[in-house]
Amino acid sequence: MTVTTPNGFTLDNSGKRVVVDPVTRIEGHLRVEVNLDENNVIRNAVSTGTMWRGLEVILRGRDPRDAWAFTERICGVCTGTHALTSVRAVEDALGIDIPENANSIRNLMQLTLQAHDHLVHFYHLHALDWVDVVSALKADPKATSELAQSISPWPLSSPGYFRDIKARLTRFVESGQLGPFMNGYWGSPAYKLPPEANLMAVAHYLEALDFQKEIVKIHTVYGGKNPHPNWLVGGMPCTINVHDTGAVGAINMERLNLVSSIIDQTIAFIDQVYLPDLKAIASFYKDWTYGGGLSSQSVLSYGDIPEHANDDSDANLLLPRGAIINGDLNTIHPVDVRDPEQIQEFVDHSWFRYADESKGLHPWDGVTEPNFVLGPNAKGSKTYIEAIDENAKYSWIKAPRWRGHAMEVGPLARWVIGYAQGRPEFKEPVDKLLTDLGLPLTALFSTLGRTAARGLEASWAAHQMRHFQDKLVANIKAGDTATANTRKWEPRTWPRRARGVGTTEAPRGALGHWVSIERGKIDNYQAVVPTTWNGSPRDPQGNIGAYEAALLNTPLAKAEEPLEILRTLHSFDPCLACSTHVISPDGSPLTEIRVR
Amino acid sequence: MTPAAAPSNDRVLILGIGNLLWADEGFGVRCIETLGARHAFDDRVRLLDGGTQGIYLVNQLEGVGHLIIFDAIDYGLPPGTLKVVRDGDVPRFLGAKKMSLHQVGFQDVLAMADLLGALPPRLLLIGVQPERLEDYGGSLSPAVKAMIEPALLEALSYLAAQGIQPIAVGAEPPFDSAHPHPALALTAYEHGRPSPTIAWRHGDARVLAMIPAGCQSPGAR
Repeated sequence: MTVTTPNGFTLDNSGKRVVVDPVTRIEGHLRVEVNLDENNVIRNAVSTGTMWRGLEVILRGRDPRDAWAFTERICGVCTGTHALTSVRAVEDALGIDIPENANSIRNLMQLTLQAHDHLVHFYHLHALDWVDVVSALKADPKATSELAQSISPWPLSSPGYFRDIKARLTRFVESGQLGPFMNGYWGSPAYKLPPEANLMAVAHYLEALDFQKEIVKIHTVYGGKNPHPNWLVGGMPCTINVHDTGAVGAINMERLNLVSSIIDQTIAFIDQVYLPDLKAIASFYKDWTYGGGLSSQSVLSYGDIPEHANDDSDANLLLPRGAIINGDLNTIHPVDVRDPEQIQEFVDHSWFRYADESKGLHPWDGVTEPNFVLGPNAKGSKTYIEAIDENAKYSWIKAPRWRGHAMEVGPLARWVIGYAQGRPEFKEPVDKLLTDLGLPLTALFSTLGRTAARGLEASWAAHQMRHFQDKLVANIKAGDTATANTRKWEPRTWPRRARGVGTTEAPRGALGHWVSIERGKIDNYQAVVPTTWNGSPRDPQGNIGAYEAALLNTPLAKAEEPLEILRTLHSFDPCLACSTHVISPDGSPLTEIRVR
Repeated sequence: MTPAAAPSNDRVLILGIGNLLWADEGFGVRCIETLGARHAFDDRVRLLDGGTQGIYLVNQLEGVGHLIIFDAIDYGLPPGTLKVVRDGDVPRFLGAKKMSLHQVGFQDVLAMADLLGALPPRLLLIGVQPERLEDYGGSLSPAVKAMIEPALLEALSYLAAQGIQPIAVGAEPPFDSAHPHPALALTAYEHGRPSPTIAWRHGDARVLAMIPAGCQSPGAR
């Protein structure tokens, strides 16, 4: 049957159904079903979040000052960004200002996460969708060296270096323990890189794995420890004493210099390795223009990285805030996360229950009551679904909408908004990349555009780290060492009832926590995470979500090797709040792909 | 910058992994919490609450001679059974089979460490068979909680064989990274839990059903 959705996509579910469950190399648990036409082109897409999670389940009745520590545990990747969102929500509810140094340090924590997460995502979760590891074994090290030296001044580029990498990779593959390379569709015709580009990318996969260890040391300095750095309602829990010489306790000049040196290395790695690789890989996939989905019509960003503390105006945010709808890039709509008419979550296609499911609820009024039922056309059983019925409830992800529109969030959304605003720090790098590749602006609205925006943002973030580090050091040298405001620390100073919202731009998109506090305890807590936006199911109007839209009209080289599906889903950097990871020695294969 | 660590063979990392928000999944982290509250060691030994950090734990394995891992593992044994796996069996155990939900799982961490030439030469996996997972926001089941002490004894006896004895500690726990935030410490976590009437506790029966028999999760059998 063919239908056209209100947001302009044509769906046809008559062709053969392909199920990918779970989607690999992501955080958490995601299932995707698509229908293919006779040419193996995706004509219908259904995204199902298969993990149930609700923050209010663990947070109600607890001390709001501790909420960040719980939210840091819901996910294995964006720990710090949940913690930051949480302390911002509580500070908003209680009217707590933070010192300027705390703002700089929080920005450094968040930008470090952006740079780190984007780098790790590109090389360790996404690159293998474009890079054929097995093909790299056929590369000529001398030609690889020439390729590497033609695109970047990065020093690790000699023929001997690539010969060593090739030997290491050969040993690894011959050992049969493929580890992270185990689930690849090696040899697929969808891979386009020559062996030398593949070997160069594998070398940088290893270098990035080694280098990312340095970046996260910044979290250890400012967060006290890593993993699970420390945060504080009212500021940051670190003391600054530039005259201190000991290794323990306060942040001294030695620690500040360590951070400074890591920032320099991060800028060098991203600008000399990540960006040249991105451009080199993209140059072989210029005709693979699929995956744009909602990015050219409806994108949303809450904005982040405040230049100054305690100023929530749009002009103070270095990452832009705004919404674009109906593909009108000339109009950036203002976004107010408190307005009950703007952000609403719907559940008529989600495994939850509302009193009236034709209406959405603002997160402050959010309800999380599970209702796991399958539609009449689902195949299989509740515990073994063979095919989902997307006309009924079909996901543990709610459907958030901005003024009724399904929205894409994430690096591409942020960069489209920044570009549309004409801000040079977004517009110039995009124009340069497109010009260098000989591509029009429309190429930005694609799977590769999403991947490119993430790379450009990693570079932007690394340079902003330098800005905030310099600002922090200058402020300290001017005599301001305050990092926390404890005036309203005691619950007796709080109003009897309060509610607040905290937002961030997490690496993978707009993140919001809405908290209600009553008599000093959490009364309700709702989080709308980036993957809720992007992984959203259909809503009562029939609008499809960002993953679903992005998968449509993509041809698969082979139906039984859905590399193209992974490519587009990975370009969003999905993160479905990992919850449990019990290891089974008697389990089934990691991913099941069924074609029928 | 910290100086590059010499590949010394007597450095020990004791790592607890898992998600303490999911009942018995928290076993590994609770082992580290208990061990760190009770003992100090000389500077050869480091304790780490690894949570569900996946790929980020690669960073922690550099220069480690002995890696001791506490974790909840589905061996298909009766709940609360402790099972110890060593050295070459550990990656095979973690890697060959399903690790259900954490896609960048610990077997990938070990493989990536191997690629970097940083795989610890000696591995000791101290796993417990979980009883209950379908209890979001819950704590360890009694059968699993009772295995913390035997698990710690396994680790201590391994350390003793390397000539490492613990030092008893007083009120001030020495290992910062060993401890979850005080609000997440076992007792506070259990006492602060909202009642089931205001907060639904159960997971997704369909996902949990993918956990094979042998792991008792109510409603999933």
